[in-house]
Amino acid sequence: MTPVTMAHALNAALRDAMTEDPSVVVFGEDVAALGGVFRITDGLTRQFGHDRCFNTPLAEAGIVGTAIGMAMYGLRPVVELQFDAFAYPAFEQLVSHAAKMRNRTRGALGLPMVVRIPYGGGIGGVEHHSDSSEAYYAHTPGLTVLTPGTPADAYALLREAIDEPDPVIFLEPKRRYWLKQDAELKRAPELRHRAVVRRQGTDVTLIAYGPMVVTALEAASVADADGWSVEVVDLRALSPFDDETVCASVRKTGRAVVVHEAAGFAGYGAEVVARVSEQCFGSLRAPVLRVAGLDIPYPPPLLEQYHLPNVDRILDAVASLYGTAA
Amino acid sequence: MTAGGARDLLPSASPVQLIDQNGVATPSDEYTMPPDATLLDCFGRLVVGRRFDQQATALTRQGRLAVYPSSLGQEACQVGPAVALRATDWMFPTYRETVALVSRGIPPGEALGLLRGSEHCGYDPRTYRTAPQCTPLATQAVHAVGLALAARMKHEQVVVLSFLGDGATSEGDTHEALNFAAVLGAPVVFFVQNNQYAISVPVSEQTRAPSLAHKAVGYGMPGVLVDGNDVAAVVAVLERATAHARAGEGPTLVEAVTFRMEAHTNADDADRYRLSSEVENWRSRDPIVRLAAYLRNRSVLDDEIVAAVNVRAESLASRTREELGTDPELDPESLFDHVYGTRRAQLDRQRALLLEELAAERDVVVDGEPQRDLQSADVRPVMQAS
Repeated sequence: MTPVTMAHALNAALRDAMTEDPSVVVFGEDVAALGGVFRITDGLTRQFGHDRCFNTPLAEAGIVGTAIGMAMYGLRPVVELQFDAFAYPAFEQLVSHAAKMRNRTRGALGLPMVVRIPYGGGIGGVEHHSDSSEAYYAHTPGLTVLTPGTPADAYALLREAIDEPDPVIFLEPKRRYWLKQDAELKRAPELRHRAVVRRQGTDVTLIAYGPMVVTALEAASVADADGWSVEVVDLRALSPFDDETVCASVRKTGRAVVVHEAAGFAGYGAEVVARVSEQCFGSLRAPVLRVAGLDIPYPPPLLEQYHLPNVDRILDAVASLYGTAA
Repeated sequence: MTAGGARDLLPSASPVQLIDQNGVATPSDEYTMPPDATLLDCFGRLVVGRRFDQQATALTRQGRLAVYPSSLGQEACQVGPAVALRATDWMFPTYRETVALVSRGIPPGEALGLLRGSEHCGYDPRTYRTAPQCTPLATQAVHAVGLALAARMKHEQVVVLSFLGDGATSEGDTHEALNFAAVLGAPVVFFVQNNQYAISVPVSEQTRAPSLAHKAVGYGMPGVLVDGNDVAAVVAVLERATAHARAGEGPTLVEAVTFRMEAHTNADDADRYRLSSEVENWRSRDPIVRLAAYLRNRSVLDDEIVAAVNVRAESLASRTREELGTDPELDPESLFDHVYGTRRAQLDRQRALLLEELAAERDVVVDGEPQRDLQSADVRPVMQAS
């Protein structure tokens, strides 16, 4: 095995899917000659031609709407929306059309399409380049929302997304694009829609996804040195939610902390806390906590460190479950 | 683009017209009058379409439809696409296109599924190559571009027609659809029915463009202005635009100038925003009257044919009454059937809960007597809580 970055893994997933299935087409802003601003589509136009990987005019509703029309006619479009906050012009197309076409047509027209969105902060981006918008999509019936936390998962989850018969919002944690891992890039159908336990522990479960998986693992290592045995669950799929894996872990540890970058208020973590409380109440030895971004508009890059959850805040939350300061 | 090239894309100063409001042929340098057989076919479709529209309006008053946006007066624009498109082509209708759906061959009960309120789309889009009726404005125009591009990638000679209204041309998605179609060379015809009002807002408050068709030049595609109450002109213009698209020469924007004789829907009060004199003025430009006069002058149409067409119209109206005259069969369990293409545990749990509720409703006992609620008795007996 050789070390691969998440960016490389995503590129390989697109390349392999396009090689195997001629109905897979890739388009978006800057995806052709440039290979995307994060180079995730690097080399695809060269290898597959302009019919299979092409630039579009700069219009996100146009990109998603065009993908919907293509998917209605049997293609499997994989489109790139350049940044999280730049995806909002496409919101109506995603929520009113992509999510509902199968339902509106009583199953006649499913839409096998993937909308890739680099999301989250931590790279010093100026405003509108660092949003975590997962809750909007996860709240929408008809959409599937996936987000990888590791290079190996980036490959497996993107292949899974392209295989789905329904629209997938594929959220790529942009600050982890350069994360390296010794990994064999392969599909993992047995893990479809499943969360995984990234680190075993017995005292508390950290529930994280996307960019916070690495942060949660770092916190777990530090906690270990302090004598706490911390389990880390990587959700991988935000919709559907893997109640089984999450609840098995929380029933074992009796304590849980949900970690995400997005603002906590009405955030995705609220759903996780509710589900865990409903299903694991008898096993809980402390309230389920959230470590989330502040309830503020995403700050300027020089201030983002105060907004983003970090190891210390996670450890503080863990400590508070035991009634002691970290 | 050269200035000359830009001029070639501009619409004519006045709408293309082949038959005037008195039924007299108007000479056109650019477009040829469709053959009599085509126009006779159009006449039948117009009459049948209008009768259907009136029947749907009547059914709304009887509470058989949740809402009905009439296209009375716009019939030439409703049947024109059905005549100009091939069976292999696709069309993307809005909520006001129910007459167009029926003209395309969709059974009335299926065409009215959305407006009846029993389902979101009553027909299978693949069977009739007709997308679901779209109620948000202009969003379907972008889908039309995508489907057209997909067909081209498959080397199929498919043309896609997207309906739009005058109000929808102000939406961002119209802009994105026109620009994508032009830049990517999609075989699409954007067919704007300018019926003068977007609910209550007149076109003059919608745009400062000389016409909606003029907008085409900004995208580098031809814009055509056509008399939307002259079905001969509508068919001629759409046939040229579809041929253009089919030949790989890209999209066209067609603006058909017409008028919505009824209110926006049965729930609207048009007297609050337009004068009856305006409506009366448009009555003299009726699409059926002028075509009938033209065809009678040419001895193509006579009382016998008119009577036969009326019989067909009454037959469709009667079929519409029959198909909508009874309460639709509702299956609450079907709510879960097409949310995703694969099973989801969360929905399975909610399905089980709903089935329990329905079973409990069926078994309600009041004063020692089991109560059979009519609606829940209709629910399929095989349903059981799992």
